[in-house]
Amino acid sequence: MTTMHRFANPARFMRYSARILPWSGWSAAILIAVGLVWAVFFAPPDYQQGDSVRIMFVHVPSAWMALFVYTAMASASAVGLIWKHPLAHLAARSCAPIGACFTFVALATGSLWGKPMWGAWWVWDARLTSVLILFFLYLGYMALADAFDEPARGAKAAAILALVGFVNVPIIKFSVEWWNTLHQPSSIVKLGGPAIHVSMLVPLVIMALGFTAYFVTVLILRVRAEIVAAKLRVLQIAEVDRRAPAPADGAVSAD
Amino acid sequence: MSAFWCIVRRDLRLALRRGGDSVNVMVFFVIAITLFPFGVGPESNILARIAPGVIWVAALLAAMLSLDRLFRDDYDDGSLELLTLAPLALEFTVLAKCLAHWLTTGLLLAAASPLLALMMNMDADGFAALLAAMLLGTPVLSLVGAIGAALTVSLRRGGVLISLLVLPLFIPVLIFGVGAVAAAVYGLAARPHLMVLGAMLLAALPLCPWAAAAALRLSVE
Repeated sequence: MTTMHRFANPARFMRYSARILPWSGWSAAILIAVGLVWAVFFAPPDYQQGDSVRIMFVHVPSAWMALFVYTAMASASAVGLIWKHPLAHLAARSCAPIGACFTFVALATGSLWGKPMWGAWWVWDARLTSVLILFFLYLGYMALADAFDEPARGAKAAAILALVGFVNVPIIKFSVEWWNTLHQPSSIVKLGGPAIHVSMLVPLVIMALGFTAYFVTVLILRVRAEIVAAKLRVLQIAEVDRRAPAPADGAVSAD
Repeated sequence: MSAFWCIVRRDLRLALRRGGDSVNVMVFFVIAITLFPFGVGPESNILARIAPGVIWVAALLAAMLSLDRLFRDDYDDGSLELLTLAPLALEFTVLAKCLAHWLTTGLLLAAASPLLALMMNMDADGFAALLAAMLLGTPVLSLVGAIGAALTVSLRRGGVLISLLVLPLFIPVLIFGVGAVAAAVYGLAARPHLMVLGAMLLAALPLCPWAAAAALRLSVE
C-alpha cells in the first residue's frame, strides 16, 4: 500500500510521467503505424467478408479500450473515494473523454462494418445497445463532473456515478453470450484457443497494444495538464491577493 | 426501526398535503401515452403491438420527472442536514424516502397501467404480466433514481442532468419489463423476465441506498 501512496504525490507523478511519456508516445505511434500497414496491406481478406474484415483491426481494439478505459476510470474513482487521493480523481476525470472517444470510434466503425455485413447501419441488438449505453454513461459522467462549482466535489460525485455505472461493463462483456443476437461472440478469448487465424491475430494484437499505449500517453498528458492548470490557478489567486491585499476587519476599502 | 416508519409517514403526509405532485405525475403518464395514437395513427393492431413499450417508456419518464423532489425540498429547507446527523443511518433514511416516493408515484403508475393498456388495445393476456412487471420494476426506478437525485441535489440546475445520469441506468428495467409483457402477449412464459426484474429489485434494495447516501453526504458537507 505504501508504494502506491508514494505515487500519489503530484510532484513525483510529474517526474515519473515525464520519463514514461516519450516511451509510451513513440510505442503508440510505431505500433499503430505497423499495425495499420499490416492490417490494410498484408493481412489476408476473410473468406466470407472479403476486404471489409479489415475494419475489425480498428473496431475490436477500440471496443476493448472502451471497456478497459471505463474499468480504469472506475478503479481510479474507487481509489479516489477510499484513500482520498486527489491524483486518482484527476486520473478518473482525464479517462472519461478518452474512453468516450474510443466508444464513439467503436460504434462508428461497427456501423460502417454492419452496413455491408448485416445490410443495416444500425441494429438494436444487445451488444450495440449496451455499448451505446456505455457512451451515454461517459457523457453523463463528464456532465456531472463539470456541473459543480468546486472541482473537488464534482470529482467525488462523478466518482460515485462511475462506480454505479460499472454494472454495465459485465453486461456489455457477456451480452453476446447471454442474448446470442446478431453480433458475433468473442473469437479471441475463449476456451480452446482463439478461433481466428494467426495471420489476423498478430496485427490485431499489435493494434490493441498500440491503442493501449496511445491511451497511456493521452492520459498522462491530460493529468499533467490538469496539475499544471491547478498550479496556475493557485498562482493567479496569489497574484490577485498580492496586488489587492484583503482589507482588515471586514472593512470595504475604497480603491 | 420506528424512526424509519416516521420518515415514511412524514414523506407520505407531505405528499398528501401538497397533493398536486403525485397527481401531476399521473397526468403526465396518461398524456404521454395519449400522444402515441396521435403520432403513429389510431390503427388498433399497431397500438396493441407497441403498447407494452409505450407504457413502460412513459412510466420511466414519469418516474424520472418526479425524482427531483425526492431530496430537493429537504435540501432547500435544511432538514436534509438534520437527517444526515440523525441516529438512524442515512442509508435507511434514503430507503424510507424511496419507499414513500414509490408509494406516491410508482404504485400509482402500476395501478393505472392496465387501464392504459386497455385503451391501447393490448391483448388481455398481458395484463397480469404488465401489472406484475410494473410492481417489481417501479421500485427499482425509485431506488436507482435516488442515486441520481442525491448526486444532483446541491446543483441549481440539476433537473436536466438527472435525466442524463438516470435514464441509461433505467434501460435494463425497461428491457425486462417490456420483455415480460411481450412474452405473455405471445403466449410464452413471463416468469423468467419477472424473476430477472425481482433480482434487480433485490440487488437495488441494499446497493442503491448505500450509493445514494454517499452522494447525499457529499452534497450536504
